[in-house]
Amino acid sequence: MSTASEVERLYAKGKRRKVLVILYASIALLIITVISVSLGAGSPRFMEAAQVILSRIFPFLEINPGSKITQIIILDIRLPRVVLAIIAGAGLAASGATMQGVLRNPLVSPYILGISAAAGFGAALAIVFRMGVLGAYSGYLVVVNAFMFSLLALSMVLSIARMRGITPETVILAGVAVSYLFSAMLSLIQYVAPEYDALRAVVFWLMGQLYVARWEDILIILPMVLAAIALMMRHSWDMNVMSLGEETAMSLGVNSRRVLVTCMALGAFATASIISFTGAIGFIGLVSPHIARMSIGSDHRFLLPCSIVLGACLLLCSDTLARLVLMPSEIPVGIITSLIGAPFFLYFLLSRRRRFWH
Amino acid sequence: MKLILNKLSFNYNSIAALKDVDLEVDLNEVLSIVGPNGSGKTTLLKCIDRILKPNQGAVLIDGTDVTNIRLGELSKIIGYVPQTSTSTFPFTVFDVVLMGRRPYIRWSVSERDREIVTEILKFLGISELAARHLNELSGGEQQKVIVARALAQQPQILLLDEPTSNLDIKHQLEVLGIIKDLTRTRQLSVIMAMHDLNLASRFSDKMLLLKQGCIYAVGTPESVLTEENIESVYGVKSHVTNSVLDRPQVTPIAPMATGVENLKMISEITSKYKSKDRTDDAD
Repeated sequence: MSTASEVERLYAKGKRRKVLVILYASIALLIITVISVSLGAGSPRFMEAAQVILSRIFPFLEINPGSKITQIIILDIRLPRVVLAIIAGAGLAASGATMQGVLRNPLVSPYILGISAAAGFGAALAIVFRMGVLGAYSGYLVVVNAFMFSLLALSMVLSIARMRGITPETVILAGVAVSYLFSAMLSLIQYVAPEYDALRAVVFWLMGQLYVARWEDILIILPMVLAAIALMMRHSWDMNVMSLGEETAMSLGVNSRRVLVTCMALGAFATASIISFTGAIGFIGLVSPHIARMSIGSDHRFLLPCSIVLGACLLLCSDTLARLVLMPSEIPVGIITSLIGAPFFLYFLLSRRRRFWH
Repeated sequence: MKLILNKLSFNYNSIAALKDVDLEVDLNEVLSIVGPNGSGKTTLLKCIDRILKPNQGAVLIDGTDVTNIRLGELSKIIGYVPQTSTSTFPFTVFDVVLMGRRPYIRWSVSERDREIVTEILKFLGISELAARHLNELSGGEQQKVIVARALAQQPQILLLDEPTSNLDIKHQLEVLGIIKDLTRTRQLSVIMAMHDLNLASRFSDKMLLLKQGCIYAVGTPESVLTEENIESVYGVKSHVTNSVLDRPQVTPIAPMATGVENLKMISEITSKYKSKDRTDDAD
């Protein structure tokens, strides 16, 4: 027989475990970060990498910053890429967890609204025809185009769904339709692309890669992703309640349609701001929330932070592999995420006794 | 807390589901809504909780129209238990009941929230289930958890949509007994949609009989459950007696004349098909 205090003790114990899991995952992320920075061509050793980073973070400690070359490799080449991997992984995972939550569907990924196809179409338009919403050529032509077309897909899906009443089903179906539409137009561009080089660039963009990382890009992506994540986290309780169904959510004072639209828009915004720079990196947004859910359960107050840390770890590991396996050449990270992600996920799925979705 | 429905009407597209429903519900009583499938029982409950917006008329709580109450405030007054309630993702029983505290919680869970949840779990006798997952429980246990979730809202009015439809007789009596108890021990009024006339008769103070979206009869179980009412609303011939528990007991006998003819036709058709099957087998 469990008494009242026993029930509360169990709850407190469960909560402590969740916090610990997130904490351990964060420490793991930190370690992976330093290892990743110290791996690669002309590589400085682990301690040198740590020295360069520490000397920049704590200039007053007067740590020896190492040679000029080492500094350039670490600070201008490796670190921005590692940071971008962390931000992108975190953002995609948070969007995936949020979208799965409000749509009450474990098969949902951040690309469910057709964002990846739309971004791809926008990017292809810019790469092949040098056409974009900015008009003339600019350094950010491809990025801005991909971003604007992602938001176009989002608004198309939401207005189509609104015609039949916003429910998870209408949103998903409208998303599938819009996704096919943009995929078709993307294929058309690839088919008629006049130059081989342009076609190759489009294909490469579509696979998703992080070699583009520069500090000035990160300064654009980071605030957008952070803001979206913070707003998604604010809806944690609403997402919890919504998993019991729309009517129950309403009776608990949660306007589930409004929350659904808000959260989908936030997730789409975060996803779009990432993949406009990197191309659509698959699997992270689908798998990280599942692994998090299997580790700590479905309470979104803990699920979101846990997904975020795991997503960052997964993408950083994948990108490190993508850089190393075919050195000095590299593989687009999107290929790696799916290649190692699929078996990793299957292992997780099969090694658990409980069923995690119904 | 007094609940008044004033000329309430609701249409699904052009099909009328509720027509001019007037009703007063008093404090601390159990009101059962009965009626055939599609007579508007669930629609009425959803209109009261603002899950559906009535096309006409109003729901008044202590004289205030519910449309003037913020959704978050209304959820502290009315609790709603839907017919089925499952979650796609795994939640423990404790977490599910804690969701009933959503109207009171901004972000972090207070000591008081945890105490209330613990107390309700104990009250319903499901403390042992606290760490189990909702979807791993039996139908009866799930129903108790969902009732617990609604009680955690600390509502003054509790709406239940066929709370016993999936339960065995023991769980039926337990759940309805708890609900009846609540109206006596706490300041709670209960309105529930019911299919089982005899269970409704046994546990309600008042009954409401709906026919095609209109109130056909309302009052004590004795006054509502008459052979004439059941014949005219359900189209079923029945025999009403006084049970050992001193409540009206309905024994349905047969559907009305047209129904009997249909039954004959159906049995003729099925027997024809059966003989045909046999000849097919012989081939």
